[in-house]
Amino acid sequence: MSDIGEARKTLVKRILEGAGIASSSDRRAAFNNSASTGPLAALVDKVARHANRITDQDISAARESGISEDQIFEIVVCAAVGQANRQFNAALAALDGAAGKE
Amino acid sequence: MRLQILDSGHGFGTKALFALIRTVSRQPVLDVVKVVKYRADFYGKPMSAVTQEAMRGPSTWSIADRELMAALIAKTNQCEFCIKAHSAVAQRAYGHEQRVSELLSDPKNAQVAEPLRATLLMLGKLTREHTVNAEDIRAVLAAGASPQQIADALAVCFSFNVIGRLADAFGFSIPSQEAFDAGAKYLLARGYR
Repeated sequence: MSDIGEARKTLVKRILEGAGIASSSDRRAAFNNSASTGPLAALVDKVARHANRITDQDISAARESGISEDQIFEIVVCAAVGQANRQFNAALAALDGAAGKE
Repeated sequence: MRLQILDSGHGFGTKALFALIRTVSRQPVLDVVKVVKYRADFYGKPMSAVTQEAMRGPSTWSIADRELMAALIAKTNQCEFCIKAHSAVAQRAYGHEQRVSELLSDPKNAQVAEPLRATLLMLGKLTREHTVNAEDIRAVLAAGASPQQIADALAVCFSFNVIGRLADAFGFSIPSQEAFDAGAKYLLARGYR
């Protein structure tokens, strides 16, 4: 049966703890969608919750605040993986509950 | 794409690969490929390992079923690029165009086996509302899907909730249907590695 467990852990560890151009704390905040202020907070929240509403302006605003394209790339990846990861973990917990493992 | 680095920031070897792809396929390089190949050590390589396992690893869901799930997740996220890309793969894999469009537009009433229908509806809810509860999962189990099939479907959901967000954030351009068909052929022959 397919098992993404290890590959998913490797991905999360790489983007959060491996070498990057954005700081580790910015990457982690994007992953957790936990920043409430700063130029990236609005973009990160949009990636997590309404990605299809992102516009050219959202990306240019981040760029104009002095953040490099490589940093934006990393932050968007972290925000997307973080949101998908929360959804995945919530559903796995529900599966455990339904299958009587709780 | 909205970030110039993703269009033209690749190294020499990758640019040569893109030129080869354009020559052989006679199609533009899809933006999803450009993102996977940009600083592949950061995102592309580790993510491809996840997606390959979810989409082509051992499962009692067929490859067509999993591509259909990917398309349904994309539809729920209203991600045009991913809807077109994975509808094309699912159609090719099932060999039946109508089935895919019917299932995507009305999974509740389309003709499909109950375990797959219930799974699609659950994945739709998870993607739309960002969570599901034990009752939602029990409905899928009651429809005949096994816990392992549900876990396998959740893996597909993880991958495509990542990729769809990147497609929308980075502004993937929507190429011709021929380009999506060429991509579908590649994904069925070679997978996501």
